[in-house]
Amino acid sequence: MAAREEILDRLRAKLGHSDALNGENPALKHIEDHHKNLIPKRGSLDKAQRVDLFVQEATRVNATVVRVGSFDDVPDQVSAYLREHQLPAKIKIAPHHSLKSLDWQQKTSLMVDEGRGKGDDGVSVSVAYGGVAETGTLVMSSGPQTPTSLNFLPLDHIVVLEADRIAGDYEAVWERLRAQFGPGKLPRTVNWITGPSRTADIEQTLLLGAHGPQRLHILIVDPSES
Amino acid sequence: MQPTSPNFKQNARDAIADDPLQAALAKLAVGFPMRRLEAAARLPEFEDLRDQARDIKNHVLENLDHYLEAYEKKVIDSGGHVHWCRDAKEARETILDICRKADAKTVTKSKSMISEEIAVNAYLEENGIEPVETDLGEYIIQLRKEPPSHIIAPAIHLSKEQVADTFRNSHIDLAADRDLEEPRALLEEARARLREKFLGADVGLTGANMLIAETGTNVLVTNEGNADLTNNLPRVHVVIASIEKIVPTLEDASTILRVLARSATGQDISVYTTFCTGPRRPEDLDGPEEYHVVLLDNGRSEMIGSEFHEMLRCIRCGACLNHCPIYKSVGGHAYGWVYSGPMGAVLIPNLIGMEEAQHLPNASTLCGKCESVCPMRIPLPKMLRKWRERQFKAEMGSSTARWALRSWAWLAKRPALYRWTMTAGVALLSQFGGRGRFKSLPLAGGWTSKRDLAAPAGDTFINQYHKGARGDQSGALMRKKVH
Ligand code: SF4
Repeated sequence: MAAREEILDRLRAKLGHSDALNGENPALKHIEDHHKNLIPKRGSLDKAQRVDLFVQEATRVNATVVRVGSFDDVPDQVSAYLREHQLPAKIKIAPHHSLKSLDWQQKTSLMVDEGRGKGDDGVSVSVAYGGVAETGTLVMSSGPQTPTSLNFLPLDHIVVLEADRIAGDYEAVWERLRAQFGPGKLPRTVNWITGPSRTADIEQTLLLGAHGPQRLHILIVDPSES
Repeated sequence: MQPTSPNFKQNARDAIADDPLQAALAKLAVGFPMRRLEAAARLPEFEDLRDQARDIKNHVLENLDHYLEAYEKKVIDSGGHVHWCRDAKEARETILDICRKADAKTVTKSKSMISEEIAVNAYLEENGIEPVETDLGEYIIQLRKEPPSHIIAPAIHLSKEQVADTFRNSHIDLAADRDLEEPRALLEEARARLREKFLGADVGLTGANMLIAETGTNVLVTNEGNADLTNNLPRVHVVIASIEKIVPTLEDASTILRVLARSATGQDISVYTTFCTGPRRPEDLDGPEEYHVVLLDNGRSEMIGSEFHEMLRCIRCGACLNHCPIYKSVGGHAYGWVYSGPMGAVLIPNLIGMEEAQHLPNASTLCGKCESVCPMRIPLPKMLRKWRERQFKAEMGSSTARWALRSWAWLAKRPALYRWTMTAGVALLSQFGGRGRFKSLPLAGGWTSKRDLAAPAGDTFINQYHKGARGDQSGALMRKKVH
């Protein structure tokens, strides 16, 4: 406690603040208002254009994107992806209601496991909380149905994103999270993911797949597609 | 680490003779600035966002005591712990204590300048705990026992052959004749090594690009994903961050993120931007059970309200390094401590004292490029001049330097004469050098015996600026915004 008081007292003295934090002050008011700053125009588009911009931006940073008409198309798409990249027919899915309810066995011959990520997972399938068109960014939110480790441990990460949840800008997704979790609260982890993992630490050579996934594949579920 | 900043002159001489370093710096000098320009050009609002980012941080610093308290309350509400530390020693001891209580043997770390500042790795090792850097660049320099040479590209000074040698010497259980020719092979080897460490670590130690007061959240920005495996897998997550990292709200964090990556690497946004709040929730399937924030002052509160107050807006993007003629000639290690470039030259004397760092404020041509690219619009040249003034008053500079400085000050107070002198000087220099760099110059032996001086391209910046003659995009961009 001594350190805390010493640091705060020094700051108070320098800033001419007499007291500890109390009811009326500019800091608390600023937090309560949480007003939006300048938001780049490039995300303010109608829904169809937003989805297009998301696809364009995500592709620019080496993600691959496929649009499907409904969740029911997901198992086929996942199988196709595994075949295309000659990967073993084995996936780890997030225990998310919209993935668990799919008829994986009927449609595919995949071995489907569910749960959090493990060191030997090759391919994971998870569900995004939202997307941001501005930069082609996925927003992942941790929770019992959406463990964070699935986003990072496998070499191939497949993410299902509903087109309706693609916002123009980051701020719109914060609003949604605030509405859901209450003001001043967030789930343990929110990940913005923009393309697959990369590094340029060796001679400034760009390499994908540094510690996280080497490939990021996004399935956009857009009923207006079908 | 023990600073070698007093040896800046010798360090710089060594750096200029270091071929792999010079090759790396030549590449950096082109790549980063070009990508930054492209990213800025893609976002029409970029300059306005820089203004807003600056204003947000100014507001924070004016209310820092209140924001810290508000932030602390939110961390506690979400189930975490906050440890206030006055200096590096307290921070090291606090981290060791948390590790001991967790019965930790291995600590994975994601890149953190503050952890370099407090030299926590050596301290943990002395106390029987293995710290493992997981950012690829940091991992390489940890094996080599070197400090980072760039904020965001810590191993920028090394060639792939040097990295291969480092791996051969360190990973001695692997076949000695394995092929490490390509960067990809080096990455694969590091990835496999570090994967074991990630899965086995007891504590994950990360820095924080920002701390959000609204929610008690720390923000982590990486391209590799190492910060995520570090904060998610071990049982305990420790965040080490300095007090000025606070931002008020999620919206304010978003604004700063819009200028951070664009300034740093020229990406619109880094691959992973992660917001961690407290420990895992009861229903969660993963995430740490304990969450600790080590909140470090280490000289920052003294900077509040001082001539160096504005330095506290720094978001450690590295743009000022990438654009600095001195950094691009000597690299980061010459500065002799964990920070480098213009931001280092301002910050280091604040943190370790002027006596130790007396050469650093002089390691600048005051060309102004750093300020023109700084996303937080920090007046770095002004602050470097402040240090020089202080030095001058303390009679620390050499007598030649004092004479030059006095003459310069006399001239600078007379703008018309100053401009004339500079123009005349440039015209004269052009006679000597043509285009390119000077090996030697009359009356400037003190400078050119140690490095080449860039030959003026024919006119002063101010003259060209007014004529609108700068052909490069940065000039055009700047002019557009200034007028
Ligand atoms: S001083 Fe400015 S340009 Fe330099 S690292 Fe800090 S924020 Fe970036």
